[in-house]
Amino acid sequence: MNMVMKQPFERIVEQHGGTVLRVCRVILGVHDAEDAWSETFLAALRAYPGLPDDANTEAWLVTIAHRKAIDVLRVRRRQPAPIGDVPESPSALGVPGGGDGDLWRAVAALPEKQRQAVAYHYVAGLAYAEIARILGGTADAARRAAADGIRNLRKHYPGAATEGAQS
Amino acid sequence: MNVPLDDFASPADADTLSRLRRRLELAAEADGLLDVAYTTIDSPVGGLLLAATPRGLVRVAYEIEDHDRVLDTLSRRLSPRVLRAPKRLEAVARELEEYFSRRRKIFDLPLDLSLSSGFRQLVQQHLPEIGYGQTRTYGQVAELVGNPKAVRAVGTACATNPLPVVVPCHRVLRADGTPGGYVGGPRVKRTLLSLEAAA
Repeated sequence: MNMVMKQPFERIVEQHGGTVLRVCRVILGVHDAEDAWSETFLAALRAYPGLPDDANTEAWLVTIAHRKAIDVLRVRRRQPAPIGDVPESPSALGVPGGGDGDLWRAVAALPEKQRQAVAYHYVAGLAYAEIARILGGTADAARRAAADGIRNLRKHYPGAATEGAQS
Repeated sequence: MNVPLDDFASPADADTLSRLRRRLELAAEADGLLDVAYTTIDSPVGGLLLAATPRGLVRVAYEIEDHDRVLDTLSRRLSPRVLRAPKRLEAVARELEEYFSRRRKIFDLPLDLSLSSGFRQLVQQHLPEIGYGQTRTYGQVAELVGNPKAVRAVGTACATNPLPVVVPCHRVLRADGTPGGYVGGPRVKRTLLSLEAAA
C-alpha cells in the first residue's frame, strides 16, 4: 500500500472548507463567496480522482477558487452596477454576525491583484512561489502585491494599525 | 503583520459551512459525483457507519472496525469521491432502526457487494436465506452454497462480510452451538441473536 494515500474527499472539505470560504470572502465579499465556495468544491470533487497523491491540496483548492472567483467577477462586471460602487452601510456588504464593516470595505477597495495576494498569502497561507503560479508573474511580484495590499489596508482600515501581533 | 486578518473569520462560519456542505451533497448527487455516500447512526450495538454507492448499500461498519480506517479503505477500493451524505442512507437508517426495535425482520434494500468477490461474495449472497431468529452452522452454510467441504472458507466469508447486520452473518454459529467469531465482537453477536430470539 502507498504511504501517501488519497484521503476520502470528506476530509478535504473538513480540513480546507473554512479556509476556502474565507479566501472567497476576501476576493468577492460575503454574498458571492458562497456561490464561489460551492462551485469550487463541486469542481474539486469532479477532478479529485486525478489529483496526484502528493499534491499540495490547499494550493490546488485555492487555484480552483481563484478561477471560480474570476468567473463571478466577470459576470459582475457585465452587470449594470460598477464594481467600485461599494454600498455605504456595512450591513449591506452582508458581513455575517455584524462583523467589522470597515475591514470589509477596505478589502473591497483594494486593487484586484493586491486583494488576491493578501487572500492567498495571509488567509490561505500559500508561499509566494505558489501564488505566482496562480496569478502569473514572479514570486517577487506576488510578495510586492501582498505587501502593497497590507499597506493599503493599514491606511484605510485604522483598526489594523492598533492591533498587536496577529493573535 | 498587524492586520487582524482573523476578522475575516466570522462566528457564523460553522453555520455557513454546514449549510454549504449540505448544498455540496445535493449538487454532487445531482451531478452524479457522489461515488460513496456515508453517514453514522447510533444503535444498541454502538455507532454504525453506513456507506452506499449509487447501486446500493456497500458497507456497514462497527465502531471497533475504526470508522476512519473504513473510510480510507472505501476511498482506496471504490473511489476517493467520498462524502458525508445522510440523504442517500435515509432508507437504510430507517430499516435498521426498525430492526433494532423489533419492528422489522427482513431488510428490503438494494445491496452493492462489490467489496467482496468470488466464493466470499457467493456466501454473502446466500446468507439472507437464513431467516430472522434462525441459525445455521458454518457446515450447513457450506452445503447451502453447494460446497460442503468449504467450512473454513465459509468462516472467512462471514468474517469479511462488508454488510454485517443487514447480511446476517451473525446467524451462522459453530457446530457445537457456540457463537464463534464476529466482526463486531462476540458480545454483539450474542446481542443480535437474543434480540431476534425475543421477537
